[in-house]
Amino acid sequence: MSNDKTPTLDRRGFLKASVATSMAATAPMFFMKDAFAKGEAFRNSPKADAKTITLGFNVPQTGAYADEGADELRAFKLAVKHLNGEGDGGMMNTFKPSALKGNGVLGKKVEFVTGDTQTKSDAARASAKRMIEKDGVLMISGGSSSGVAIAVQGLCQEMGTIFMAGLTHSNDTTGKDKRRYGFRHFFNAKMTGSALGPVLKEEMGTERKTYHLTSDYTWGWTQEESIKETTEGLGWKTVKTVKTPVGAGDFSQYITPILNSGADTLILNHYGKDMINSLTQSVQFGLRDKQVNGKNFEIIVPLYSRLMAQGAGKNLQGILGTTNWNWALTDDGSKAFVKSFGKEYGNPPSQAAHTCYVQTLLYANACEVAGTFYPPEVIKALEGFKFDGMGNGKTEYRAEDHQCFKDVLVVRGNDKPTSQFDLLKIVKEVPRSAVEYEAKVFGGDLGPYKV
Amino acid sequence: MKKILSSTPLIMLIFSVVVLSAPIWLAPLGANYPDLLQKFAIFGIFAVGYNILFGLTGYLSFGHATFLGIGSYTAVWSFKLLTMNILPAIILAMIVSGVFALVIGFLSLRRSGIYFSILTLAFAQMAYSLAYSVLTPITNGETGLQLTQQDPRYLDAIAGIPVKDGLPSTNLFGTLIKSMDGYFGFYVAAVVLIVAFYISLKIFRSPFGMKLRAIKSNQTRMKYTGFNTRPYLLTAFVISGMYAGLAGGLLASIDPLAGAERMQWTASGEVVLMTILGGVGTLIGPLLGATIIKYFENIFSALNSNELHKIFDFLPEGMENFMVTVVGPFVGEGWHLTLGLVFMIVVIFLPGGIMQGISHLFGFIKRIFGMGDKPAPVDDTVNNDSVSKGGAS
Repeated sequence: MSNDKTPTLDRRGFLKASVATSMAATAPMFFMKDAFAKGEAFRNSPKADAKTITLGFNVPQTGAYADEGADELRAFKLAVKHLNGEGDGGMMNTFKPSALKGNGVLGKKVEFVTGDTQTKSDAARASAKRMIEKDGVLMISGGSSSGVAIAVQGLCQEMGTIFMAGLTHSNDTTGKDKRRYGFRHFFNAKMTGSALGPVLKEEMGTERKTYHLTSDYTWGWTQEESIKETTEGLGWKTVKTVKTPVGAGDFSQYITPILNSGADTLILNHYGKDMINSLTQSVQFGLRDKQVNGKNFEIIVPLYSRLMAQGAGKNLQGILGTTNWNWALTDDGSKAFVKSFGKEYGNPPSQAAHTCYVQTLLYANACEVAGTFYPPEVIKALEGFKFDGMGNGKTEYRAEDHQCFKDVLVVRGNDKPTSQFDLLKIVKEVPRSAVEYEAKVFGGDLGPYKV
Repeated sequence: MKKILSSTPLIMLIFSVVVLSAPIWLAPLGANYPDLLQKFAIFGIFAVGYNILFGLTGYLSFGHATFLGIGSYTAVWSFKLLTMNILPAIILAMIVSGVFALVIGFLSLRRSGIYFSILTLAFAQMAYSLAYSVLTPITNGETGLQLTQQDPRYLDAIAGIPVKDGLPSTNLFGTLIKSMDGYFGFYVAAVVLIVAFYISLKIFRSPFGMKLRAIKSNQTRMKYTGFNTRPYLLTAFVISGMYAGLAGGLLASIDPLAGAERMQWTASGEVVLMTILGGVGTLIGPLLGATIIKYFENIFSALNSNELHKIFDFLPEGMENFMVTVVGPFVGEGWHLTLGLVFMIVVIFLPGGIMQGISHLFGFIKRIFGMGDKPAPVDDTVNNDSVSKGGAS
């Protein structure tokens, strides 16, 4: 094959062809409507006679946070059931003030689509975009990684779709990366630090040397920062902080140096399978049997979940941490939720499941209160919304940063579990007033209501 | 007949029509939403560029995602520091990835075969680790590089573009295309794809392309005839690196976020899969491969049992449940399994990729109508024909 046999295209011909074809092909573009074209016509606005609306649940189904993702999905399905008036209603019966009627949202039945975030920002955004552009969802929820939550939240702001964050604990989600269209019910690292501080002081004194192993992304960074702030406030010294990649699997190369570092406290800023692996290996390396500086070597896992406790087994016994919610709480909301979840799936819900369930109900309720799905109105209904009966006592969605404020639980790995799920013992319920902070400490900007 | 079919204007015309009308003919497949269409076009560019190296010279690079990632980071930094206009971002992305390709190519191309592949893989892993942790101030690590309200955007500031509430969106000269969102993003990517394809076509049919092919068939003989092959190889490597940078820049233009996972070895492997699946060394094959893989990744992975029940709704109850149980593991989380099976089938039965299947099919049809007397052999001449056929099918 050589060049002279084939007739070549001159520039003029190429331009002509391109122009003609592009004109022919841009035709379908005029049938697509933009985010907010006029008035209350907004992206994915349901038609007046539509019988259903669609919500998008974007959770990690693969990777280090897959267990949490699976439980979140269970909770979402349960929430949709309850919203549609099926099942026993769960926390819909205890949630107040509630405008929910149990006939869907604004009279439209709720349907849902799911996606896999793969705990990667790119994949999560692609999946969220598919939900918005193809499936026409009105709201996206999910998470289980703050990096992903922040990435998807940014996208949702651009697209004008509300994002009800699932499990995300980084200060940045409602701090420097907060968005008008993003809402977080879960607590954050700053609150963990404030809640954990007094308990640490009481149990471990004021002279400790800490060593941090930190997941190398936004959540790990902010948690390390908040915990450091707390412990250094107690008079503890920070020997070293080491960042580890997410999903590393083998942490032994990071644990060996701790043995000779002179530190007597290890703080694991890890979550999910990472935490299970790093904790198990730390115990195997004999860290917990060591005596350093005349004190017992201690491990602290600031953010805990029952699913992780299940994975870590005996290694977690006696270790301190905090959690957003635990199934062993005895208020009416928690009891109703645990009962309903247990009946459906045969095991109690995790904190990830709890926050996702609550977020779905809160979104639906805000639509009912606003009387419309029009996002700016729904956002206004959520901002500053005070509610009770959702398992955390009195809770408020702060308008300034879209962060929920409520009590935080300090827990300890249970050394005498009575069942395979009874793994966390509640040490202290830290009241909301003790974990509150000014919205402006993190900076950031919510952005506009209309996009 | 053959001459007409392989003429450049006709190929380009048919190609442009097929690409630009994708939103219409992809509708029945449920793939006509902007994000996926954008991915088709962008990864098409990536694969077309990769094919210039792998298809023509036979040098299997296992690290091309590096250039995609570098392109993305460059583009996002251009949005942060210079302007929200995509043109400078894309041009810078190509230049910077081209420079990196020059350095990596210069070092890697001292070896060939498996050693070359391993070298490129090593560079890619280095780049990934750097982006993931060491260079966190530049790349923002695992969280990914994102735009913020406070970014300086010096050129925009000089041009006096007012700072609005909320993040500005990427655009093309502000007024020409206000936002790269949705279908606009697709059409921009599609036009770039058409240009990129045209350049690739020209390279395939140029004396330069001929020399690259000669390197593939017998490099030693090539050297004996007095050619120094390395400059040609390096040029091909840099061109394909710049294609990857272009794709990365476009990705960032449409969605201004760059993450290190874009440079992971799995991403490099993906473009190899795309090329092999579609047909190595064919013009249109890599594009087909890219489309198929992205389709699987986005559509198959999202199917759940609810949707399967809807699909098999027409069957009687028992059969429906049976089918859902059988098909279930192959969709949703299991989409990799399906892709793996398709890949195996293609490689075992059609080593020339899907393009080989298409040319077999056309050979078969020709025989039925008595137009030809034997199935068309798979070589590049035929595959140039298949461009139009593949496009029209």
